[in-house]
Amino acid sequence: MIEFNGVTKTYKKTFTAVKDISLKIDKGEFVFIVGKSGAGKSTLIKLLLREISPSSGIITYKGTDINKIRKRRVAEYRRNIGFIFQDYRLLPKMTVYENIAFAMEMICCQAKQIRREVPLVLSMVGLSDKAKSYPDELSGGEQQRVAIARAVINKPETIIADEPTGNLDFETSKEIMKILTEINKRGTTVIMATHDREIVDNYQKRVIELKNGTILRDRKAGGNENEPKEN
Amino acid sequence: MKMNPKRINYIFKQAFKSMWRNRMMGFASIGSVTAVLVILGFILVVVLNVNNIALVAQETFDQIAVYILDHVEDEQIEEMGKAFTQIEGVMGVAYQTKDYALEKVKEDWGEDAFLLQDLRNDPLPNTYIVQLTDVSMSDEVIAQLETFEGVEKVRYYQDAVNTLIRISDFVKKIGTGIIIILLLISIFIISNTIKITVLNRQREIELMQYIGATNGYVRGPFMIEGIMLGLLGSIVAILVIMFGYNYTMDYLAGRYLALLSGMSGYMVGVEMVINDLIIIFMTIGIGIGILGSLVSLKKFLSV
Repeated sequence: MIEFNGVTKTYKKTFTAVKDISLKIDKGEFVFIVGKSGAGKSTLIKLLLREISPSSGIITYKGTDINKIRKRRVAEYRRNIGFIFQDYRLLPKMTVYENIAFAMEMICCQAKQIRREVPLVLSMVGLSDKAKSYPDELSGGEQQRVAIARAVINKPETIIADEPTGNLDFETSKEIMKILTEINKRGTTVIMATHDREIVDNYQKRVIELKNGTILRDRKAGGNENEPKEN
Repeated sequence: MKMNPKRINYIFKQAFKSMWRNRMMGFASIGSVTAVLVILGFILVVVLNVNNIALVAQETFDQIAVYILDHVEDEQIEEMGKAFTQIEGVMGVAYQTKDYALEKVKEDWGEDAFLLQDLRNDPLPNTYIVQLTDVSMSDEVIAQLETFEGVEKVRYYQDAVNTLIRISDFVKKIGTGIIIILLLISIFIISNTIKITVLNRQREIELMQYIGATNGYVRGPFMIEGIMLGLLGSIVAILVIMFGYNYTMDYLAGRYLALLSGMSGYMVGVEMVINDLIIIFMTIGIGIGILGSLVSLKKFLSV
């Protein structure tokens, strides 16, 4: 579904963030993208969101070269992707319910549809009783669950999570992982950037490890490696 | 793009919210638009009036006035009159004694004529009014009239009319320059106001762009905010011009009634221009608002 073909991104002609990356992610996969800061994780995500364009190479989404999408159609393309941030990015002046409804309002939906679907998503992330709370009344884990609810409310085919557990302790991170795994089981592709080894080791998913802008290893789910594992 | 009520509601709500939040900058924006438009209005009104006076005057004064020196004898004056009719391009002449001229001024001044009662020596000269067959001959006729002995001065009002037209052209040119500079300034001020709004709502806007909100949602509130600021500025300007114009007219009429009584026919009433002014002002006000928003959005909304 998602394909990178020889993608290179150079910033200001001197700094190469990712170098000749080729990878393929199928529909319904759960993929960890790991690597140290500066390895190229963020660049990879930005490329996929079409926040930036590659210096060379092609990125396709369901066969469409995303950099050939016209500027005014980019918004439409992004609706295929639900995005989860490390710092949650909830709007502080809106309640939990309103934060999620906001995402629906931005795109389409009738008030009736919003009233029907927001409670469903809230119960999926286990926050039905917090609908009227404001973000600053919630713990970090709860805030991230609201953010996940917001990302899935429009039923995107793909979820991209950038260090979703980065600000959370291990126990809370496990809750987040449980929800993401659940979403993945329902058929949504999940791409998660992280440098949390414990999380990666605990979940037997595909791991793409980046180093200095190149793919160091691509371990298929279940542990079969395409390339020799580095210890 | 479909416009459902909820979307419009959201766009307007956001626009008004941020206008209230940045009300100081908002006032500055409205003030700058008002200033531009009031000055534009002032220039327009001046040009319009000067043009109008010139136009009316052109029709009224297609005659040449020849002032005769006081010491010239009646017979000689008669001779001169006959000679004037012989000049090529002259259709006819009429003689006006100085007493008649004074009477005419008194008539023109109406109630204020008592001001002239204490005049000891009639300051007005005996005058021949020379009617031209063709305005284009005026230069040659004037040249010949000036050669006569006993002629004090030849006045041709067309010169005055031309001066008026030159003044109005000058005001137009200077005015256009000032207006362009002021327009740019107010676009800049509005774009700065919008910039503050954009920065205030940056998180929200970023989020909207990640969610895939349509451009209408992202840009709508800013456009509406810019349009509202421009529109408010133009409404204030319209009020200022409307009341300012009437007030100025009343003031001048009260103070210089005598002088104006002759002019009042040439002045353009505010009610004649206000409809055009409203259309022009609102268009320019909204235009400034839209341009200001676009400048800011182009700079700050690139994701």
